[in-house]
Amino acid sequence: MREEISDMSEDDETGERARWAPDLSKNRSDDSDSGPGPPIGDSPPPFSDQVLENVLENVLEFLTSRRDRNAASAVCRSWYRAEAQTRRELFIGNCYAVAPHRAVERFQSIKSVVLKGKPRFADFNLVPFGWGAQFEPWVKSFGAAYQHLERICLKRMSVTDKDLTIIAESFPLFKDLTLICCEGFSTLGLAVIAERCRHLRVLDLIEDYLEDEDDEVVDWISRFPETTTSLESLVFDCVTCPFNFDALERLVARSPSLQRLRVNHHVALEQLRRLMARAPQLTHLGTGTFRSEVGFGEVDPNLDLVSAFGASRSLVCLSGFREIEPEFLPAIYPVCANLTSLNFSFANLTAEELNPVIRQCHNLQTFWVLDSVGDEGLRAVAESCRDLRELRVFPLDPTEDSDSSVSDIGLQFISEGCRKLRSILYFCQRMTNAAVVAMSKNCPDLVVFRLCIMGRHLPDRITGEPMDAGFRAIVMNCKKLTRLSVSGLLTDKAFEYIGCYGKLIRTLSVAFAGDSDGGLRYVLEGCTRLQKLEIRDSPFGDASLISGLPFYYNMRFLWMSSCNLSMRGCKEVARNKPNLVVEVIRDVVEEEEEEIEAVEKLYLYRSLAGARTDVPAFVKIL
Amino acid sequence: MFLKAYVSSCGWLMEVKESDKNLRNKTNSSQRKQNKRKEIKREKRREEKRRKRQLRNRNPSRRREREMSVETERSSTESEVSGLDYEETALTLRLPGGTSRVAGSEPDRKRGFSETVELGLGSGAPVGTRGVGSTDDQSDESPESQASVAEKPPAPKARVVGWPPVRSFRKNVMKSCKLVKVAVDGAPYLRKVDLEAYTGYHQLLTALQEMFSCFTIRNYPDEERKLVDPVNGTEYVPTYEDKEGDWMLVGDVPWKMFVESCKRVRLMKSSEAVNLAPRAQHS
Repeated sequence: MREEISDMSEDDETGERARWAPDLSKNRSDDSDSGPGPPIGDSPPPFSDQVLENVLENVLEFLTSRRDRNAASAVCRSWYRAEAQTRRELFIGNCYAVAPHRAVERFQSIKSVVLKGKPRFADFNLVPFGWGAQFEPWVKSFGAAYQHLERICLKRMSVTDKDLTIIAESFPLFKDLTLICCEGFSTLGLAVIAERCRHLRVLDLIEDYLEDEDDEVVDWISRFPETTTSLESLVFDCVTCPFNFDALERLVARSPSLQRLRVNHHVALEQLRRLMARAPQLTHLGTGTFRSEVGFGEVDPNLDLVSAFGASRSLVCLSGFREIEPEFLPAIYPVCANLTSLNFSFANLTAEELNPVIRQCHNLQTFWVLDSVGDEGLRAVAESCRDLRELRVFPLDPTEDSDSSVSDIGLQFISEGCRKLRSILYFCQRMTNAAVVAMSKNCPDLVVFRLCIMGRHLPDRITGEPMDAGFRAIVMNCKKLTRLSVSGLLTDKAFEYIGCYGKLIRTLSVAFAGDSDGGLRYVLEGCTRLQKLEIRDSPFGDASLISGLPFYYNMRFLWMSSCNLSMRGCKEVARNKPNLVVEVIRDVVEEEEEEIEAVEKLYLYRSLAGARTDVPAFVKIL
Repeated sequence: MFLKAYVSSCGWLMEVKESDKNLRNKTNSSQRKQNKRKEIKREKRREEKRRKRQLRNRNPSRRREREMSVETERSSTESEVSGLDYEETALTLRLPGGTSRVAGSEPDRKRGFSETVELGLGSGAPVGTRGVGSTDDQSDESPESQASVAEKPPAPKARVVGWPPVRSFRKNVMKSCKLVKVAVDGAPYLRKVDLEAYTGYHQLLTALQEMFSCFTIRNYPDEERKLVDPVNGTEYVPTYEDKEGDWMLVGDVPWKMFVESCKRVRLMKSSEAVNLAPRAQHS
């Protein structure tokens, strides 16, 4: 499914790159228009150099990887200029790493922008509301500079309706708006986009939080132009408010290019059938609620649903399935064999209910599911989906003392059946080192390994030992690993192993782990490719923070919350590294003016822009 | 006002509904009678709670310390909150494979909390080493719990923010959401909170505090909770509108009853909360 791409995760190394997915070469100098290149605004070069530059520009047009481009721009001034002229996609991994005007000055012909804002732990309520990442200064700069902008992709940014209006007004060729985990806008803004972006092809709203008053909802679907549209993708399952279904049906009918459609939970099966009848060419379908609106005794929708799916020969990705009534599942049998991606992660299914479906999904590469299917369900997956590349198992009850039906046993099954696995996210309550070791050996292609043992500090459930051995095996055996999330009872030894063997790791997430400063030190010193490090509730103090000084310029950011940091240590870091922005975030603005020595949340990142000016009261920049 | 300046800098454009401001204007007599009835009910509930409290062994420690994790902070303040139905908010010792809730021995469990390791700065102690007292008292544990220490999860901990790391979008989809609007007097925007996401009043207030980011929670001796804007010292009293359209003080009824009946929340300035809470004058 598009999730792995739309996630804008930089870990996905599948051969087929999405239009805007960044390339994943293993270069240390990373993201954004980074690297202080030659100064802008030089005098024009002599004639022969001009010719060379023109030739170069023609060649560089073909260079798409941003890392390659960054490297090319550092060769000399001529190459720098040529590269700047020919760059079409701007990727900024941290919106505060560079000022908008600077980006716009250097790159003048951008067609596509990818911009990321808040740190990932904002998804888990660790970043207070109002922290920042406003899209406004960016959209204003882009609006003035990039007449040919076609795509905007934002992740964890704060986007207002006004910003959306500026987009609609500034870019006559605008084609693609993708908002992931953003907030601040409403159906009003969507209406403006729908109405004025006449060439819109993609409107993807993924896990956004819309500001909506129930009685002020705007009928944005009706605002799309009445003529045939060029829509290819319309994803709005996160828009929780009701919408005009008839308008959607008409819109789908006049959008012959539509390939991806994901609706929200206000669509039941009867309506889904109607939509599918209008768009048999769909490749990606996100159902609403997978239940019938009418009760029993009425017209049985099942028959029509089966034929609807039967007619959708192109479907490769299915998602949605909210509030599922399992008796309707057989309707999707006709498409199972073609599916490469299936998202059941909102469907509370048992293993028995999953079994007949999954047995037919031989070609599945991506599978998201709830732990309600249990270890038995995962066994069925392992036996049926030999080609699986990505698996995510989410908790039905996402609390730390919940009962989870999946465990090390399920993980063992998966490792034995799905040898080509590249990416796994696994929530559970019980795990053993043995299962993790088995996975490390059976699935050597793993690029992303994220294990979340929900109970804090839980050891191996059989041996009682820390989970050090399991993670050691992962970093040792999975030589392509670039992203790792650890959990369970872990000592400093685990971090020693990670530092020793995890040489390609770019993203590391740590929670409730480690014994002492040594742990963090191992990681900072050992993981030479580390870009993003996020840590919470672990006993790492100032000494470990300071030990990372030589490395922070090579990283995108470091997040540490509920650790053992103090102002003294953080100030020393800030003092030593002028191009680092060191933010201390407090949860509560204390009544007393005196400074609290303990640092609850630290967020530091390299930046060419210096301390940002939109700092709220609870953030202090050192 | 501080809130306004802060809010406008974030570009929020929501409007507070006019109807929310008409709180004080309920003048007809049937409303007054209803209010009186509610007050009587409320007073009865408070009596009951006071009685219950006398029987319980409370943690006297009240100071908010900057600890390494939220858990000790919550444990020390959790026991002070009035209106908490301990059955609902009690944190159970759950074994893998699932056992029923462990009821009873609440005072012992509370003592267990205070025994949870104090995590001072600079200490290298691992987080969450358990107090021994808390696990001994559980009488109806299943037999296998004694067998393998490895299987036993740590002592009941306060819920920690953002753990397990599941996005709210997913959490909201899976559960029956109880979304209510939260308005703050004087702020031109509203937020929505999901009441189902919290297990008690303290969590809710903490969340409100984080949400509006400029309040501190001030505790009063008679368990009343207020949010304070430190800039100008204005106190806000959390109130809510229930199903019958009456405005009540947050915290008066047991948590579950509150979740069930609450339609929206309003952080009202103390000075305006006169009709609701004569008690507010006492502190």
